[in-house]
Amino acid sequence: MGEFTIKKQSKKYDAIIVGSGAGGGMAAYILANAGLKVCIIEAGAMYDPQKNITQLKNPWESPRRGASTKHRPFGDFDACYWGWEIDGEPYTKETGTQWDWWRARMLGGRTNHWGRISLRFGPKDFKRKSIDGLGDDWPIGYEDIKPFYDRVDKLIGVFGTNEGLENDPDGFFLPPPKPRLHELFIKKAATTAGVKIIPSRLSILTKPINNERGSCQFCGQCNRNCSYWKADFSSTNVLIYPALKTGNVDIIPNAMAREVLTNDEGLATGVSYINKDDMMEYQVTGRTVIVAASACESARLLLNSKSQRHPNGLANSSNVVGKYLHDSTGAALGGILPELFDRKRYNEDGVGGMHIYSPWWLDNKKLDFPRGYHIEYWGGMSQPAYGFGWDIQYQNGKYAVHGKQKQPGGYGASLKEDYRFFYGAGVGMAGRGEALALESNYCAIDPNVVDKYGIPVLKFNVKWSEHEIKQAKHMKETFKEIMHNMGAIITWGGDDDASNNYGLESPGKIIHEAGTVRMGNDAKKSALNKHSQAHDCKNLFCVDGGQFVSQADKNITWTILALSMRASEYIIDEMKKQNL
Amino acid sequence: MDRRKSIKALVLGTAASSILIDACKTSADKQNPATFADAFAGLDRMKEEKAAYNKIVAEPDFFTKHEMKTITVLQDIIIPKDAVSGSASDAKVHEFIGYIVKEKTELQTPLRGGLRWLDLQCVKRYEKSFVECDNKQQMEMVDDIAWPEIEYKDEKGNIKKNGKVKPNMQQGVNFFNLLRNLVATGFYTSEIGVKDLGYAGNVSNRWNGVPDDVLKQYGLAYTEKELKECVSFEKI
Repeated sequence: MGEFTIKKQSKKYDAIIVGSGAGGGMAAYILANAGLKVCIIEAGAMYDPQKNITQLKNPWESPRRGASTKHRPFGDFDACYWGWEIDGEPYTKETGTQWDWWRARMLGGRTNHWGRISLRFGPKDFKRKSIDGLGDDWPIGYEDIKPFYDRVDKLIGVFGTNEGLENDPDGFFLPPPKPRLHELFIKKAATTAGVKIIPSRLSILTKPINNERGSCQFCGQCNRNCSYWKADFSSTNVLIYPALKTGNVDIIPNAMAREVLTNDEGLATGVSYINKDDMMEYQVTGRTVIVAASACESARLLLNSKSQRHPNGLANSSNVVGKYLHDSTGAALGGILPELFDRKRYNEDGVGGMHIYSPWWLDNKKLDFPRGYHIEYWGGMSQPAYGFGWDIQYQNGKYAVHGKQKQPGGYGASLKEDYRFFYGAGVGMAGRGEALALESNYCAIDPNVVDKYGIPVLKFNVKWSEHEIKQAKHMKETFKEIMHNMGAIITWGGDDDASNNYGLESPGKIIHEAGTVRMGNDAKKSALNKHSQAHDCKNLFCVDGGQFVSQADKNITWTILALSMRASEYIIDEMKKQNL
Repeated sequence: MDRRKSIKALVLGTAASSILIDACKTSADKQNPATFADAFAGLDRMKEEKAAYNKIVAEPDFFTKHEMKTITVLQDIIIPKDAVSGSASDAKVHEFIGYIVKEKTELQTPLRGGLRWLDLQCVKRYEKSFVECDNKQQMEMVDDIAWPEIEYKDEKGNIKKNGKVKPNMQQGVNFFNLLRNLVATGFYTSEIGVKDLGYAGNVSNRWNGVPDDVLKQYGLAYTEKELKECVSFEKI
């Protein structure tokens, strides 16, 4: 045997799924329950929420008191492994462009820590070009995906209210939690400003929906994943581990996919990967290959899968793979609400996230930017963590404490009084908007750089357009009006202007990347057909954010789940018809 | 104290020499938990995190014994025991600071430099290092650096100022601001501090809305729609 060998597994699967987040998890769940043999290739570590626990920990149980590290950029108790940078796995950016790339490396991916904001796209969101002439329409409409949204609502569970809104469709909702104190203030202030407020829509069980999962215990820690009650949606708790119970699923963790393998006819035959633990090369074979590695990783895998039949990368005869990359826009500001100084203490953890939100409430035809945004809110008495009490001088030097104006800063018993006095008075808000999916915003293989596994890396080339910047300006104006109406004082994010794009976050920062393997009816302008199936390779599918034509002003997870369910059932059907 | 006298104190004074010698010694006391298992009992960690943590704690402590003694005196001036809760020392805030500077290395220079700045000031004034000063002298020194000057906008957007820093004290003020931040964060994330704040969460709970007396206090009420559509639980 030579020093470099490739180990081929003899078992042939019905489906090989690359990635185990929302898209991969749903595909595994549907296919395994239909009796198909499934292999999941996951680039990160195994993770079992029942054993790997960060929920209900106190700040002093972390020696860094919950501070973030490169391993957990959202704090030491957050459930997600890795994030903005991964040792040995670089990516590059074209000079003068921006992209921050979040990569979860664990079973279940980022669904283990996400915000659980579960919004259906509305009828208009699939047909934006027909409305404003920009971008492209999807090859499907709301009516095509509605039955799958309905089933996702029932299978996974989501709370909210049916409001009869045209572009924020009704669903099958569990009852939402009552607003917290600061949310009542926000509701009043926003309503005065003409901004609509409705109960938020989060995939958290306020009532049990089956015997497998419990209901929410209101610890406010969904970002740590619900180890104890499985009351929020993560791919691990709700899809992967239940799918494993069928006996039809094998998981290969720490496996970094290198290429999708194809045969002389151009059909997918399997996936080659490197095992990160033993650094050996492996191959698995299957009837179908489903990529769900995240929009950018899926694009990277396809672009790296070159063959005689697919010289431009797999599913890329159209040359669109990697293009139309877009993230949600984001801008935020925050401050304090003096009415809440010296407030009474009680447990207001609630669910992990806001109890109310603002769906897009205006008509873009009357505005100078084409797409909308929704608003998320926060505030109140949360668990202290690293950073608590920072720069008290800007509070105790500015506001009277118990009627007494002090000098800034200080020390001693008087200072302790100040920390207590100001605790729980914070409020803030953030907009999450639709960015235009532009052909000129893309990721491509960097011809010069490989990662530690020898896999060519992505180079990003993304810039915001005027549309997103104008939208951020509008967000900031709206937020200021709400804060003013509430009597809140803005302490950060209030001075943004044209010089910093009104505080618009750099693209990638909101971690809703989509569009890189988009679907369409025209094989010259899209990688996938309306069934998430590659135009160029009928047994190859993409079921993550890559397939999106546009991503609306809504978080994309619920649509990934619905599309993955739809594609998976199409696969089962096509296999029955012997088309695959 | 005039300048010549302070230079003399630095060169010849026992106080100055004792600080400088002590500053070179490494601490024999452990400033943070030795093993991963002690530090993260039961908290999920991936293998790369364990390796990174073990590497940090295997390194020698950053602060010298003298520096740690100074931090300990200062932390109890910032957060002393009062009628509600214990002191920063009771909450072992210095142990947290001893660890976090090894992880967040950007904190090292401002803290080390600030501590030495403080000692030099005390040597000039009292011919003693800060910890060797009596309580009155320590508080005189602290009062010169504990009250920063801030600038802010009032509700009408006018620029306002509060506080006044003596000449040549701004470096000390910056140091004290940083130390106050770290001590406050360390204290209010400790068991004693969380209890002091009255944070009542991190437990299994039934969220039934804002308590009635609080709604009344702020003149707020849930709408009929909210009461009808939201989840509610029987009062226990």
